[in-house]
Amino acid sequence: MNPPNPAVARATVTVSAGAGYNFAYLDEGTKRMIRRAILKAIAIPGYQVPFAAREMPMPYGWGTGGVQVTAAILGAADVLKVIDQGADDTTNAVSIRRFFTATAGIATTTRTAEATVIQTRHRIPEAPLAEGQVLVYQVPIPEPLRFLEPRETETRQLHALAEYGLMHVKLYEDIARHGHIATTYAYPVEVAGRYVMDPSPTPKFDNPKMDDCPALQLFGAGREKRIYAIPPYTRVRSLDFEDHPFRVQRFDRPCALCGAEDVYLDEVVLDDAGGRMFVCSDTDHCETRLGETRLAETRLADGHTGEAA
Amino acid sequence: MTPAPSSSPLPLLVFEDVAKSFTLHLRGGAVLPVIAGATLAVHPGECVVLGGASGAGKSSLLKMAYGNYRCAAGAIRVRDGDRSVDLATAAPREILGLRRTTLAYVSQFLRVIPRVGARAVVEAAGIEGGLAPAAARTRAADLLARLNLPKRLWALPPATFSGGEQQRVNIARGLIADRPILLMDEPTASLDAQNRAVVVDLIAEKRAAGTAILGIFHDADVRQAVATRIVDVSAFHGALAA
Amino acid sequence: MEPLLSVAGLTKRYGGRLACDGIGFTLDPGEVLAVVGESGSGKSTLLSLIAGEVAADAGSVAYRMRDGATRDLDTLSLVERRALMRTDWGFVRQDATQGLRMAVSAGGNVGERLMGVGDRHYGRIRATALDWLARVEIAADRIDDPPTRFSGGMRQRLQIARNLVTAPRLVLMDEPTSGLDVSVQARLLDMIRGLVAELGLAVIIVTHDLAVARLLSHRVLVMRAGRVIETGLTDQVLDDPQAAYTQLLVSSVLAA
Repeated sequence: MNPPNPAVARATVTVSAGAGYNFAYLDEGTKRMIRRAILKAIAIPGYQVPFAAREMPMPYGWGTGGVQVTAAILGAADVLKVIDQGADDTTNAVSIRRFFTATAGIATTTRTAEATVIQTRHRIPEAPLAEGQVLVYQVPIPEPLRFLEPRETETRQLHALAEYGLMHVKLYEDIARHGHIATTYAYPVEVAGRYVMDPSPTPKFDNPKMDDCPALQLFGAGREKRIYAIPPYTRVRSLDFEDHPFRVQRFDRPCALCGAEDVYLDEVVLDDAGGRMFVCSDTDHCETRLGETRLAETRLADGHTGEAA
Repeated sequence: MTPAPSSSPLPLLVFEDVAKSFTLHLRGGAVLPVIAGATLAVHPGECVVLGGASGAGKSSLLKMAYGNYRCAAGAIRVRDGDRSVDLATAAPREILGLRRTTLAYVSQFLRVIPRVGARAVVEAAGIEGGLAPAAARTRAADLLARLNLPKRLWALPPATFSGGEQQRVNIARGLIADRPILLMDEPTASLDAQNRAVVVDLIAEKRAAGTAILGIFHDADVRQAVATRIVDVSAFHGALAA
Repeated sequence: MEPLLSVAGLTKRYGGRLACDGIGFTLDPGEVLAVVGESGSGKSTLLSLIAGEVAADAGSVAYRMRDGATRDLDTLSLVERRALMRTDWGFVRQDATQGLRMAVSAGGNVGERLMGVGDRHYGRIRATALDWLARVEIAADRIDDPPTRFSGGMRQRLQIARNLVTAPRLVLMDEPTSGLDVSVQARLLDMIRGLVAELGLAVIIVTHDLAVARLLSHRVLVMRAGRVIETGLTDQVLDDPQAAYTQLLVSSVLAA
């Protein structure tokens, strides 16, 4: 998060990356407006701050909210990682990475540990995040109460008065229908003991990672024009019932590629005969582990060669 | 006629110079006088029967005594324990209170409550009148049996009953609780001789227990059998002419 | 005894029209008050004013809270008022879709108030919901159906269960039986009558149907053009109406 020189920011035309774009696409006034919304969001953890979302050169649903947040916080020295469902190589992730390479000329990476800003759709990386890192979520529908209470005036009041019984009605419905809380993603959380928040459509598997996280977590909803945040080291509690406590999903097998356990797995269909395997959804995590394994194997092999020589 | 009780403690129900008239706003505000100067007292153990031609105001007097009609003038004093309440000026809540504790009313027709069985209707009236649930249950069964209501009907809502059957449920409902004042408006009109005789017995029992009864009985035999005194309501028309 | 609810001088003007003109009355615990009148008489507005859903131009509504203190509802904070509305008060609407969550199961509809007051035990919430569904004669196997699959009468019964689950002391009812078939009405009325007596509820029921007023209420308030025309014991007002308007109202219905 290294904001550009204010002098440069005031200039009507800022040269960056040689493409004729202002740094990170958005004009400085817009970025300031978004930063103000972000600061307010950090000050009131879990509270949805309205902001004047701009049209972006990509369709809604492609992460326009997250992109605007990222654009507002990026500095020239930042290293950006973009993931979509845990993968660095999907169209969405690649486009956003290219977008910022073109408009901000910043460095990008697929390595979680190397990134200063990580924009994500639907996952939190498996590798633990560190202080100084920022996780930017793309959010389609920020209002956790929306599906039960369509009136915006009413949901705002419910948040204002911390009347969250309705949120439990949703969980009740789940148990009534499925025998357990079947909500597996966008699982509602209570932030810092106050606001109930939709963690965006991340799997509930990732909910525990939000709790007491050293990194700053920012959420941007472009179409709905809302920004909210979880400051570092904030208590994030998943809602539940006494007799149906919150539980993350467990996978009964390790990753077919790297053998990782206790990670979120994607099902990959292999052929028309119904062959399938389960692999890490976090591609970087998987590759890093595979790399370590290969390195170890190589070292082992080298050792053998040396001994023979 | 039955002899009046020898002792004569304080009356339970007193009409003092009571008048009743109806102002018919829908007929240009015509005033229809019904009763004027009605003065009458009913003591414990008495059964005062109102006499007089049809339309003389017998029913109106009874309804005023229950707080169902308002009084145009005068007072209707009801003894409620140690105190006396004037129905003409009492607040609605006070009248409702008296109906729970002091005033019982048996009308000509049962106002049917949907879906509630005959015995339950009677029982509920007993509980409302202060009986313990078990006592209400026993007494309801006893009354319905005495009034010859076939047992197969007890569990059924009275809506489908014949007029006579409904009326017997109505009587049982009116008599189940022990309220000091009993108002009866033609309770035997739709009953056969056998059941009329039962009602006469029931009234005698109420009197023996000290209930003050004010009633209208069209049937001459029943009237003779139950009345300790007959008051001709036409006498209360004198003031109307004036 | 101090009344449960005291309404004084409630006034509401819509433009030049007086919807409610200085309405006042008190309601005791366990007392059922019917507000009758034709459409546009102001009776539904009166209910909205009492519930605080519409702001009054003048007048006050005071309520004896569960702690015994009588409070002017205007002095309650929004939080207190909303808490009162979902615990000690109920509101049964004419249009069930306004009083129910149509996308939520019957059990969820009944359980919402419990969760609203902090109950976080699924098994207990569900058991209470089942108990209340039985009391309003909705079969246990319908607990997971949404009210969209319920008949009009069932929806109203579900509304009643949803409101009564927190044992309120005051329930407002706005034409709860209108628009239902006669036989369905009778069943609903009888159920309301039974529950009101059993639970000792204080009720203000707004209805244009004098038979409903007679069956359920102790006292009645006759309204016309925003004013109270006549008030008193229900059977007295209906059998011996004094005001010209009440006489007209009573004479224009069959055997109320």
